[in-house]
Amino acid sequence: MAETIPLEQVLGTWVAALLTLAIFSFLYRDNPVYKIAEHMFVGVSAGYGVVITWREAVIPDLIQPLLDPAAVDLAGPNYVVLIPGALGMLMFSRFFPRYDWLSRWPIAFVMGYSSGLAIPAAIQMQLLPQLHATLQPVWPAGEVTWWMALSNLLLFVGVLCTLAYFYFSREHKGALGVASRIGIFFLMVAFGAGFGQAVMARVSLLIGRVRFLYDDWWMTLVAPWFGGG
Amino acid sequence: MRLQIPLAITFLIGLFMAVQFFVPHEVFQYSFESLLAWVRIVGAFALVLGIGSLLRTHWDKIRRRRRDWPYSIVTIVSFLAMCVIGIGFGHEPGTVFYWVFENIQVPLDATMFSLLAFFIASAAFRTFRARSTEATLLLVAAVVVMLGRVPSALIVSFGDTAVGHYLHANMPDVSEWIMNFPTVAGKRGIIFGVALGAIATALRVILGIERSHLGGGGGGGQ
Repeated sequence: MAETIPLEQVLGTWVAALLTLAIFSFLYRDNPVYKIAEHMFVGVSAGYGVVITWREAVIPDLIQPLLDPAAVDLAGPNYVVLIPGALGMLMFSRFFPRYDWLSRWPIAFVMGYSSGLAIPAAIQMQLLPQLHATLQPVWPAGEVTWWMALSNLLLFVGVLCTLAYFYFSREHKGALGVASRIGIFFLMVAFGAGFGQAVMARVSLLIGRVRFLYDDWWMTLVAPWFGGG
Repeated sequence: MRLQIPLAITFLIGLFMAVQFFVPHEVFQYSFESLLAWVRIVGAFALVLGIGSLLRTHWDKIRRRRRDWPYSIVTIVSFLAMCVIGIGFGHEPGTVFYWVFENIQVPLDATMFSLLAFFIASAAFRTFRARSTEATLLLVAAVVVMLGRVPSALIVSFGDTAVGHYLHANMPDVSEWIMNFPTVAGKRGIIFGVALGAIATALRVILGIERSHLGGGGGGGQ
């Protein structure tokens, strides 16, 4: 069975399996094999980031518009991209204490861009959709069960109470105190559910790795050596 | 001037980005796309700084023969190898870069995160105690959501009994209800707060009230 698999796939599965086992070896204790895999992960991830940035951002956005405009559907060189290039170069002024204030310019540009974009993005993608979803009829016309109506009411009250908890301009006493206390209960349920989901997501990843080790590596590549698989 | 120019850049770019959203004209659309490319370019230079810092840390460790220094060689060699094969020979499917990504980076990434399953479970076992109403709600919600995802665990726990089968049949629905109603209520309150906070912070940055991000330059005068 194994002889029909391409060599690079066999090699890839062996490498992936050994690295997976190397990481799992940490469950026993910290050891050199784990540390090698861990440091390799850091190096490979950093290299991946550099390559993707180089190929997906630097080449199409900076180099090609200047040196190979036809590749990005331009009639001639676009010298405007020299401006962000120069801004980016100013980042390196941090290495020269006398001129390190120049590194504020690219940071200011990125902060301005992100802040300006954040305002409409927060309104359109978070505030308005959540507001719209909250301000719905509790018992809409049609086939809605009393349980669903009660759940909708609970949701509405829950949102108001959670917001009351985050209202810090008045002391949490009286009605506000009661609402904020109920808000804490909703927050605790949300945190608990979030925790449960996080655990299950990690368990799902764990199952995926164990299945890889068993199906793709052990049963496909190792067991045939012993007459199994 | 050392502070005024960056503040002016932030104000002008921030104002443009906020306004362009409400003006669906092609000039604004083109400017938005150009600025997006500009940010990617500036980000690439920032990445060089970050990578430089990583390499300097590991190089320093090797040079001074600090504890565990041989592992720093692994990091530097892995990084350089990835850069050489990616920049030199392409990154499309079928290349060596892609092979390394699929067979080294992805398995390491997935296994690292799967390892957290053990640590989260062990931390939860040690710290989850129903000492108060809040703690009990958190505990119950977490347990119900987890069991709702794997209801067969209930059959294993309760055996082939009526209770086991009842819980097995209903736990996913209870879990779904918790996720769809009380959890959404709590999360929605947080999202409102986050959105309003993001808008307020963005306005403070654009208007120059918040300027801590410009304070890094030690040699820069005010």
